Amino acid sequence: MDKFTVLSAVAAPLPEENIDTDKIIPARFLKTTKRTGLGVHAFDSMRYRADGSENPDFVLNQEPYRKAEILITYDNLGCGSSREHAPWALLDFGIRCVIAPSFADIFHNNCFKNGILPIVLPHDVCTQLMEDARMGGNARLTIDLPRQVVVRPDGTEVPFNVDPLRKKLLLEGLDDIGQTLQHEKEITTFEERRAQAQPWIPRIVLD
Amino acid sequence: MAPRTLFDKIWDSHVVETLPDKTAILYIDRHLVHEVTSPQAFEGLRMSGRRLRHPDATIAVVDHNVPTSDRTQPIEEAESRNQIETLERNVKEFGVPYFPLLSARQGIVHVVGPEQGISLPGMTIVCGDSHTSTHGAMGALAFGIGTSEVEHVMATQTILQKPAKNMKVVVEGQVGPGVTAKDIMLAIIGHIGTAGGTGHVIEFAGSAIRELDMAGRMTICNMSIEAGARAGLVAPDETTFEYVRGRPFAPKGEAFDEAVAYWKTLAADEGAHYDRVVELRAEDITPVLTWGTSPETVIPVTGTVPDPASEADPGKRAQMQRMLDYMGLEAGQKIAGTPVDVVFIGSCTNSRIEDLRAAAAIAAGRKVAEGVRAMIVPGSGIVKAQAEEEGLDKVFLEAGFEWREAGCSMCLGMNPDRLTPGQRCASTSNRNFEGRQGPGGRTHLLSPAMAAAAAVTGCLTDVRELI
Repeated sequence: MDKFTVLSAVAAPLPEENIDTDKIIPARFLKTTKRTGLGVHAFDSMRYRADGSENPDFVLNQEPYRKAEILITYDNLGCGSSREHAPWALLDFGIRCVIAPSFADIFHNNCFKNGILPIVLPHDVCTQLMEDARMGGNARLTIDLPRQVVVRPDGTEVPFNVDPLRKKLLLEGLDDIGQTLQHEKEITTFEERRAQAQPWIPRIVLD
Repeated sequence: MAPRTLFDKIWDSHVVETLPDKTAILYIDRHLVHEVTSPQAFEGLRMSGRRLRHPDATIAVVDHNVPTSDRTQPIEEAESRNQIETLERNVKEFGVPYFPLLSARQGIVHVVGPEQGISLPGMTIVCGDSHTSTHGAMGALAFGIGTSEVEHVMATQTILQKPAKNMKVVVEGQVGPGVTAKDIMLAIIGHIGTAGGTGHVIEFAGSAIRELDMAGRMTICNMSIEAGARAGLVAPDETTFEYVRGRPFAPKGEAFDEAVAYWKTLAADEGAHYDRVVELRAEDITPVLTWGTSPETVIPVTGTVPDPASEADPGKRAQMQRMLDYMGLEAGQKIAGTPVDVVFIGSCTNSRIEDLRAAAAIAAGRKVAEGVRAMIVPGSGIVKAQAEEEGLDKVFLEAGFEWREAGCSMCLGMNPDRLTPGQRCASTSNRNFEGRQGPGGRTHLLSPAMAAAAAVTGCLTDVRELI
């Protein structure tokens, strides 16, 4: 996983609520056995017309947003399916940070696991940042994770919250399996204790 | 100790350790695996040289991608075939128990788990699929996870999570004729919205929930995720214990009695605190369906399509208008009488034997309307066999329905069962998102009985006119 420290980039405004993970990556593209290569299908139904050509009205088909690394939306971003293909598709497109007033739980979690920073900011702040983003290619937003601020093009700063453990993992680009396996002894102890207390829990063994 | 909820008790009994920032290392009892969200996780294990810690707490099935037609032929779609073959290689390499495509026990992972007695009360259950919430009907804490977490569970048999908030949805009273678990749940989602449960685990309670059979409780918990909740729960009771008794992987004999004694301690304590409580009267719930492209767009089947002009917020108004355009509906039109092209009865929400019986009761002695394609996709090979033993297949076939093999099918259109652009579908599945059942497809979510009613009349219909 790539580290996330300070990101200065173009932000794309997508002023919609309830953008579900089917919209971010439709099910027919989930047949891959890899994590990469999904960027071309991100937002497929909004990005392409029925004949396969680009829909010029969709923000990610417009300059400078083709190079966007930040996406700003309204409430409940990433609702629906748990598919991690959604953050994989965003990441493969180039998105490293998503900003919304609220997120669906599983998507929120999946973003962190892939080095994408999800930032929760109030609705009116998201509206302001979308207006900043509409000013064009020079209007970059800076996401400063160590200081936990979004720096707007006019230099003003918007602070945001992030879970300290998740911040640490993002800053260091760490895989959390290694972290958990440092507690392997405790896991084994837990298993032994349970086997004693609830010996009836069946094992799944096929004949 | 302070009074605890059902969620609190299951949570507490699975915390291996709490990290300084309150994140718990939570022990996982059951890990369900399918072909779509697992290949990258197995690959991750292989790359890092890690083992799968507990194959005997893991079960794999193929469901999302599989054809629901003739299975004696090789799978035509190369990518689907590759994903299934990849799973088969992986389960072999890591020693994971697996129900292959041609096994009678194959089916939708959320139908198979409870049916086989793999999902049990008091357990923690995860799967790389958001509808894992289904297993909450057993009185288990069950939730969907992403593929990185799938790999984490494979390697450690735990997950990192902070505790959820407690929410209780109480439905008291007795529902009227033609009103099913699906109607109750859609009514709840219509009431609290698709983000209404975010950050919470919802415990469903009240006499209308208690009176549901296990299939109905599974329908309710299944769609908890459509209300944004992390999980849904129903406290285990005699209905649960009788359901579990004798299932292939359930405890037997004395072990079963010991388990039941433990399961009886799980119900919430008197005075346990819920962060939010929502109450609905069962008598107020009618047969319902969705009109838009979000599961919260619920109206009674006797109702009319809402008018965006009545929405004050301009953003929401525009979004409503887009839904109407996508769905090909007019503001103010009566929803009943809208012609349908396809009827889909299946999915992890509504493909159990009880669902098929409800649909068959409407289909019996009637014919699928001309021009309508009506599909029945049982949730598992076991459900299919049971239905055939009861003669339901004949009822459906005589009426002109297709009788298919088990799988996720048209719920998400990963296999060849898909809507074509503009087709309108009465569907017993769980999501009506744009393009969910196929690009340009239009989905109305409803109960199996309502779906069967749409099939035989050719349009969205109040099922009460047919009973």
